[in-house]
Amino acid sequence: MTRYDVIVVGAGHNGLTTAAFLAKAGLKVLVLERNPWIGGAAVSRELHPGWIYSNCSYVCSLLRPEIYRGLDLARHGLSIAPYGGGLTFTRDGDYIGGFADKDVRRREYARHNERDADAYLRYSRDTMRQCRFIRSLLLRTPPDPTSLKIRDLREMLHLGREFAKLGETTMGDTLRFYSMSIADYLGEYFESDIVKAHHAGSGIIGTALGVHSPGTAYVLLHHYMGDVDGQVGSWGFARGGMGAVSNAIAGALQSFGGEIRADASVARILVRHGQASGVALSNGDEIYADTVISSLDPKRTFLKLMDAGDLGPDIVRKAREFKSRGSSGKLNIALDGVPTFPAMGRGNPLIAGDMHFLDTLARFERAYDDWKAGTWSKDPYLDLLIPSLTDPTMAPPGKHFMSVFVQYVPHQIEGRAWTEADRAAFRETVFDQISRYSPDFRKLVLHAEVRTPQELDQEVGLTEGNIFQGELTFDQLFFNRPFPGFAQYRGPVRGLWLCGSATHPGGGVMAAPGANAAREILRHLRRPSSVPEGWSDD
Amino acid sequence: MTIPREHYLQAVFPTPFHPRTSAANTLNAWHRWRDYTVADAYFDVALEYTALRNACTVFDLSPMTKHLVTGPDALAFMNRLVTRDVAKLKPGRVGYTVWCDDAGQVVDDGTIFHLRDHVYRLCSQERQLDWLLGSALGFDVSITEETHDVAALALQGPTSCAVLKRLGLAGIETLAPFGIRGYAFEGGDLTVSRTGFTGDLGYELWIDPELAVPLWDRLFDVGRVVGVKPMGTFALEMSRIEAGFIQAGVDFLPADRAIRADRTRSPFELDLEWLVDFKKGPFTGRRALLEEKARGSRYRLVKLDVEGNKPAKDAFIYDRRRRNIGVVTSSMWSPAAKSNIALASVQMPYGTPGDELWAEIYYQKELKWSRFMARCTVVEGAFYNPPRRRVQPAADC
Repeated sequence: MTRYDVIVVGAGHNGLTTAAFLAKAGLKVLVLERNPWIGGAAVSRELHPGWIYSNCSYVCSLLRPEIYRGLDLARHGLSIAPYGGGLTFTRDGDYIGGFADKDVRRREYARHNERDADAYLRYSRDTMRQCRFIRSLLLRTPPDPTSLKIRDLREMLHLGREFAKLGETTMGDTLRFYSMSIADYLGEYFESDIVKAHHAGSGIIGTALGVHSPGTAYVLLHHYMGDVDGQVGSWGFARGGMGAVSNAIAGALQSFGGEIRADASVARILVRHGQASGVALSNGDEIYADTVISSLDPKRTFLKLMDAGDLGPDIVRKAREFKSRGSSGKLNIALDGVPTFPAMGRGNPLIAGDMHFLDTLARFERAYDDWKAGTWSKDPYLDLLIPSLTDPTMAPPGKHFMSVFVQYVPHQIEGRAWTEADRAAFRETVFDQISRYSPDFRKLVLHAEVRTPQELDQEVGLTEGNIFQGELTFDQLFFNRPFPGFAQYRGPVRGLWLCGSATHPGGGVMAAPGANAAREILRHLRRPSSVPEGWSDD
Repeated sequence: MTIPREHYLQAVFPTPFHPRTSAANTLNAWHRWRDYTVADAYFDVALEYTALRNACTVFDLSPMTKHLVTGPDALAFMNRLVTRDVAKLKPGRVGYTVWCDDAGQVVDDGTIFHLRDHVYRLCSQERQLDWLLGSALGFDVSITEETHDVAALALQGPTSCAVLKRLGLAGIETLAPFGIRGYAFEGGDLTVSRTGFTGDLGYELWIDPELAVPLWDRLFDVGRVVGVKPMGTFALEMSRIEAGFIQAGVDFLPADRAIRADRTRSPFELDLEWLVDFKKGPFTGRRALLEEKARGSRYRLVKLDVEGNKPAKDAFIYDRRRRNIGVVTSSMWSPAAKSNIALASVQMPYGTPGDELWAEIYYQKELKWSRFMARCTVVEGAFYNPPRRRVQPAADC
């Protein structure tokens, strides 16, 4: 029986990233994946012949460039194509466009509100100031603020220094920012409801909070702090779908001698004498290693794969209380052609960008109300893209793939499981909304896959279907992610580690949790680090 | 200006003079200035510069950001906004100014045109509507952006007054520097100010975009005999450095664009103390500037005469012990001053006249790169400042 140095549970992009860096450092690594395919929520699947669906995550910006380079992902086939901008349709037949060109964008905003067009610069500047601070922390392990260990003190000092660099005004803003709602934050810059609504979506994507809920301003940052080739805030498509990210990392892992076993469901993490000793698969096989890393969220890891007796009540309680509420779903659609959106006008480049349909903050809040009442939003927030306009590998020539992210969608319908009838009705809600702005959309639909939080939970393994593996609220961020005292990737049992998006800095296909975990594990094993340091923005 | 729904089909606009500037642009060399396309150069940068300093040139400055401030509180508002005392700026006069944020850091620089009682035009580098409206709370003023509604040409150089005389602008030679005067032109209004960005005798002409092309044509008709030529941005850049004028985004970063906290500059740090009037009453940034005056500034903008003839492009500045104390922001060999000049931002207390400063210059000859340390002398005033710029009445050449 083969013995491994390291077993990673779950072949999502973070599990693969941790595995790749550990293999690069010379360890013998095995990654176990329950599904017959790899990738977790960064996956490309041919669910309709000839079409590739990015059927979970669908766009890429946060993937850390240091990791891209450190694992040589370009050589392993990963290519990111930026797309320019996005728009919000208004109910009066118009739209507001966030064009990629800054002068065109300004003119477009001025078409709706002249002052807001100018205020956008101030908004961008302040948001960039926040991004710059957080970006400096992404590829670092959070310090434990209650610890007196030299390393934690040093890290706190670093944090203090970065904070002081912000200057007096921004320091003040930062302290407010993390507890603000996206609506209040936008209100400090914009007077037009349309402009606010156009920017509000980024504050609630994947989050079970409304635009007026405190903490949503931070979620905006999470969608702003990435970059494509140094263009901070820019988003792109992974050529071949988001599975290309996972496949490239898997390629890197294999080039370092690491192994991946799909269709291998881990039933238990084995603990002997307070030390992780391996895993038992659901087919009864046991595989041993002194280091076991779970890329699953803490609820799945601690409550499903481990014995409460091995953990102690404190961890079990924390895992139970960890917030991982599902709030979003998806439709993946094969189209016979490009639907027309008459409001956009001819030759509009934003057809290749992301499209939204809520033009007031009140509609956002009502959408959230539906979720609270246990059903999907009847007037939902959509983030709609046609990736095949940018990446021709996604659909046959002349045909198109449409990715429709939907907010809000509950994990359960009024406390019960989703039924086929629910799913059909949910699909119709979304189709109706799109059709109001695109009369020919429906007749172009060849196939549609409906994804609710229930599928994200059962198939992908995201508890309750939370796309970030746990809410991005301040009580669960940085040194509180997933829980206070466990933010340094080290589990409650010796030899057990966490590396998924439930750890700092969270979800969004960053690969940073995976890289940070690898760095900590190598440090613990007293091996030289194979994980790159973060690049400075200064 | 109403913005058409399909404005994105033309991301960059032609200026009102484009029918003429494009015909004159034999190099087909263009760049973007905010919403517009403007010429880098028309036929030869060096010759355009020469025309400026020896005859006169026409520069299309229509894309310059312009705001109109009107209303009973226009003066009070302007005085709250900017650092200098606008009450001293009489109708028909122009003043250069800066405005600051609450931390006393320069948001932008520009010119105030006191067109008539209660009516000011503010020309700036950056778009300022959000800042101006935010500053206008409590003032009875109306503020509109009028960038697209006013076409503008700079007519600069020793024969510029002669051209305007030939154009029939009676008594134009008596217009004092920084004065404004209105004339009739082909059924419309032509506003002429004796202002410019070249440090030479010169005028700026402000007109309805409909009359832009006729104005251009008339200027070239009557000006040909005194050598009028079109001039692009590259030659303008040379002249503004010789004049010692600073440029937003080049010599300082506008405070409302700065992401990094320590990148901004106060008026004192830009050698613009003369624009700050503490006696005039409250204005944005006053308290911070008073504190800075008491405490001392962090930086100083200096004009440098650099040894040798190699431009100190982007050069680091060192003190006598080779400590890095600053950086060059603008530099060139000055054909007019026949010296190697630079604007630099240095840490305090460096940069007083007589200080020994060194610039680290990299240059190449036929792709062979060399580096040397050039001694720099701090100089005061404009590098090039011909008397004709100020003389009254203005001379014909």
